[in-house]
Amino acid sequence: MTATTHTADHADEHHDHKPYGLSRWLFTTNHKDIGTMYLLFGLLMAIVGGFLSLGIRAELFMPGLQILQPETFNSFMTLHGLIMVFGAVMPVFVGFANWLIPMQIGAADMAFPRMNNWSFWMLPPAAILLAASFFVEGGAIQSGWTLYPPLFTQSGIAGDMTILAVHILGASSIMGSINIVTTVLNLRAPGMTLMKMPLFVWTWLITAYLLIAVMPVLAGAVTMLLTDRHFGTSFFNAAGGGDPTMFMHIFWFFGHPEVYIIILPAFGIVSQIIPAFSRKPLFGYASMVYATASIAILSFIVWGHHMFTVGMPAAGQLFFMYATMLIAVPTGVKVFNWIATMWRGSLTFETPMLWALGFLFMFTMGGFTGLVLAITPVDITLHNSYYVVAHFHYTMVAGASFAIFGGVYYWWPKWTGKMYNESAGKLHFWWTTIGFNLTFFPQHFLGLAGMPRRIPDYALQFAEWNMISSIGAFFLAAGQIFFMITLYMSYKSGQPAKDKQWEGADSLEWTHLPSPAPYHTFEVQPVLK
Amino acid sequence: MSAHTGGYYFAPPSKWPLVGSTALFFMAIGGVLAMNSIQPGGWIFLAVGFAILVYMLFGWFGQVIDESERGLYDKQVDVSFRWSMSWFIFSEVMFFAAFFGALFYARVYSVPWLGDMDNRVLWDAYNAAWPTAGPYFDTNPAYQFSTMSAWGIPALNTLLLLSSGATITWAHWGLLQGKRNQLIIGLFLTILLGVIFLGFQVYEYIHAYSDLNLKLTSGIFGSTFFMLTGFHGFHVTLGVTMLIVILARCMKGHFTAERHFGFEAVAWYWHFVDVVWLGLFVVVYWLV
Amino acid sequence: MISKSNIGSANTFGLARLVRLVNPVMRLGFLAIAGFATLAHASYDVNIPPPATGIASEIYDLHLYILIICVIIFVLVFGAMFYSVFKFRKSQGAKADVNFHESTLIEIIWTVIPFIILIVMAIPATKTVLAMKDTSNPDLTIKVVGYQWGWQYEYQQDGLSFYSSLATPWSQVGQPGVPASEPKGQNYLLEVDNPMVVPVGKKVRLLITSNDVLHGWYVPTLGVNQYGIPGFIKDSWFKVEKAGTYKGQCSQICGKLHGYMPITVVAKDPADYAAWVKEAKGKFAIKSDASVAADTPPKVAAIVDEPGKKWTLGELKQAGESLYAANCAACHQADGKGNPAMKAKALDGSPVVIGAKSSQIAILLKGRPGTLMAGFDRLSDVELAAVSTYARNSWGNKTGDMVLPADIKAARK
Repeated sequence: MTATTHTADHADEHHDHKPYGLSRWLFTTNHKDIGTMYLLFGLLMAIVGGFLSLGIRAELFMPGLQILQPETFNSFMTLHGLIMVFGAVMPVFVGFANWLIPMQIGAADMAFPRMNNWSFWMLPPAAILLAASFFVEGGAIQSGWTLYPPLFTQSGIAGDMTILAVHILGASSIMGSINIVTTVLNLRAPGMTLMKMPLFVWTWLITAYLLIAVMPVLAGAVTMLLTDRHFGTSFFNAAGGGDPTMFMHIFWFFGHPEVYIIILPAFGIVSQIIPAFSRKPLFGYASMVYATASIAILSFIVWGHHMFTVGMPAAGQLFFMYATMLIAVPTGVKVFNWIATMWRGSLTFETPMLWALGFLFMFTMGGFTGLVLAITPVDITLHNSYYVVAHFHYTMVAGASFAIFGGVYYWWPKWTGKMYNESAGKLHFWWTTIGFNLTFFPQHFLGLAGMPRRIPDYALQFAEWNMISSIGAFFLAAGQIFFMITLYMSYKSGQPAKDKQWEGADSLEWTHLPSPAPYHTFEVQPVLK
Repeated sequence: MSAHTGGYYFAPPSKWPLVGSTALFFMAIGGVLAMNSIQPGGWIFLAVGFAILVYMLFGWFGQVIDESERGLYDKQVDVSFRWSMSWFIFSEVMFFAAFFGALFYARVYSVPWLGDMDNRVLWDAYNAAWPTAGPYFDTNPAYQFSTMSAWGIPALNTLLLLSSGATITWAHWGLLQGKRNQLIIGLFLTILLGVIFLGFQVYEYIHAYSDLNLKLTSGIFGSTFFMLTGFHGFHVTLGVTMLIVILARCMKGHFTAERHFGFEAVAWYWHFVDVVWLGLFVVVYWLV
Repeated sequence: MISKSNIGSANTFGLARLVRLVNPVMRLGFLAIAGFATLAHASYDVNIPPPATGIASEIYDLHLYILIICVIIFVLVFGAMFYSVFKFRKSQGAKADVNFHESTLIEIIWTVIPFIILIVMAIPATKTVLAMKDTSNPDLTIKVVGYQWGWQYEYQQDGLSFYSSLATPWSQVGQPGVPASEPKGQNYLLEVDNPMVVPVGKKVRLLITSNDVLHGWYVPTLGVNQYGIPGFIKDSWFKVEKAGTYKGQCSQICGKLHGYMPITVVAKDPADYAAWVKEAKGKFAIKSDASVAADTPPKVAAIVDEPGKKWTLGELKQAGESLYAANCAACHQADGKGNPAMKAKALDGSPVVIGAKSSQIAILLKGRPGTLMAGFDRLSDVELAAVSTYARNSWGNKTGDMVLPADIKAARK
């Protein structure tokens, strides 16, 4: 990539006009505005989901019922999952995609700016439906985010609100993904060949394919739930020849790719950060691309590992066990490549790098517990125990969320033109890391000891680790309040950032654009050699 | 970027996305209320939401057509439309895959399991042969049903859709060769065949309900039968609607032999609906 | 804290031996992690509890085996990372070797080696999977039915059938805002009224199903965790090696009281087991009456209304019986006498049940706030009418009247 200056863009600044007021946000077709809205929406939802998780942890502080009725606990647990997955993590990553993909491939905007805005503005109605479901008769659904019938079929009116919210979220994701695929395939700057794209763009391209393939399947699954509830069909009712297990198969055909949808963009962000702070190109770029694609392809044939206890035939269990274990190979390749990138580098440890290293260390722990769970017999004894809860929080929080935090610190200077406070960023990292491990590490022990998940109350032998976990959760949450204050202060009064804030960063947004990035960028596409 | 100066066309700020979201919100609330028999709010919300949706569709597509006719879309925009339409159709394929998957699962796994030795404990007299309304419903005479023969209306419908695939291709040739009449007649015939197809479907549903006692509530067979054919019928309806729009545009003189992706997109969609029908014909009607 | 598995483990190429060699080391490691474990009587368990069956023991070993391999890899990989972190610091004057960013050989090596390690992991796992799936030639078969919220056990050979539900008094649980009025007992939430009793050393096959939603029959020390799926029989098996009491819980979310659905299995020596069967016949014998015989299928969707249908008392009552068993019996008991431990009132002779229809319907629909009686408005009009009619005309209740679907429909407004 050429390290030309950005004089051309300064010359463009005279028409860097942007609309003001509320209509700017309502009607916008600007990828940066839309990205910002996605990020803020994700933050808001993370606060809601975080509040729900604190409710859960407060109830679990001690055995006995203290705060929540069991059915309210179930609703909190269910909506915590749905909101964090569909409301927080996914929108935040789409926010990153909106902000960064056009800048990283040298495009002026997304391929379909109006549809881009619609993808975002579908989220608030869906979020309102989900949030409002707490207040209708019967309360929010209690089935867990997996929506398994027949328990889900028993839900009150909230069940329909959830189904329609999922439909809307699905439509939003499909449109957003089509937009990303089209942008990446068609709007790259001259010379930006596919194998020159920053890895973040690659991971999102593959993620978008996954989304297009599986969101419709989820829509189909919840449509069948809806007809079972209201129109007398028997898809998931044995009396009519259907099977509740069939829902699980269809759901997890969506659900497993979905977890990679959440983690692949995180891989992309980490693959930007580690080379930048190692001052060295990413090790094994091509193999990273192939590994990402392999993970995506494998994700379609491993769904059965969520269902080892439904009583599938031995051949099914073995197939899904082997396929699941195979995922360790490309994932391992990625971890090795990241470490090899650091090898013989020239490392510095600014906040984004700390988050990336935290990601690497703890996500790999989540990966290893994943390997443990891939072993069918071990999974059977740990299925639906707290071990599973610990496992997926190591991948979702220490994985996806750590990458998000790293990404926010990394691109904050480019987004706002301001520097965050380095000491505050580092404090936030250590605070979160300690809080996170305090919360979730003990849950491995709870699961091994046989504590089932999704229970509001538990036997006395589980009391100690639960108390530690709950203390950790509140400590972790307090750290995130600190994070918001830090960023707000930086936004208001941070030091101005440099155009190329990070010495080792080599993607276009750093090499070709000022900080903050102007409202319109790359109206004339850069030509790369 | 409102002052467009050539190159890739990026749309200026637009109210349509927000209008569309409002429509979906109203329709969702209406759907929830109506399905839970909270009257009359549900149908009002649904109707209002649908009206807003139609307004949005006219407004948004109208604007896109206008931009296209004004020549704002260059070759690259055309490529974007091609990529996006392909992936949209792929997402629809996956939507159908969920329902085909349900049928496959029921026939190959769940129904035979319900009839196996272990399940004698629960369903001692169940004969797990397809078609079935399930082990419990089968014991109730109220759920006895007959199946639709593949070689009556369904075969005729197959012929209709296959012919419509031919007529739309014929229309496309007309467009490519600048024969406007062939284009319009071809499109008109395609729409006509689609509408006849839908008419037959409606007739077939009435026949199923009144003569065969085959209903949506007829266990897993009725569920998969009506879900698959109904969802397909809904797509044919969408396709016919889109064809009508394209016909209207052709009659207004839109499209040239070189630039007519709007036409092609709908033709792709129509072929997709056609192919899905072939799958349906085989697994839903024929292999009963 | 960590106990070594010492029971009939399948020795897969010395796997168990390897595990046992490493076990003391693991124990030290875990002790270091939970160094404060000696404090008071606190329980800081860090591993799978001692297995009680051959399968559970294989699982125990398998877990440790996989964990050890993972820990070794983890230490090696992150040793490399921390080495880089300390060695290649810019502040230490490290210069980046920008040409070191591609090596096909290295990529192939670190693709192939993990693959081989996976094969080494998969072989013993495969053997255990096949052993777990082998339910052939059982000595005893027990049908397990999950209910919201309890279990029913049916001993087919011995002709026994009984319900098993939480025995911990609600006064130990408390309510939000209301502290528990009694201290929590040692087996808080893990004790049941009627445990499943099995003979030691016999292969017990479980036929697991459910009567309403998904449940999970989960006893980790026996190595069993199997969903009960309404309308389907799924099987599993265990063979307990030593007399004792083994505890577990429902593993799959099943609604409000999912957390209050424990499982207890008591394994007795064959002689004691025979004595138990004899005693149990007095209480739990399956009645020969066809209406409650074991082969009555649970009605998943019991009854359907048709517009204009004229219902008879007999029809409604008959349909109500299975609905009652599915929805009410777990607390109010099949004989309508209630369950004082759950504060479930007796329905037999209850003034609410045999009194005005409207008050009975109101409670069925809305439940009793502040108690475990949930509203059952999720049931259809005709189902509620049936179950209500059943309660009004069963046991000692003989009102002779029936509640019609239309009554329920009217009450819902």
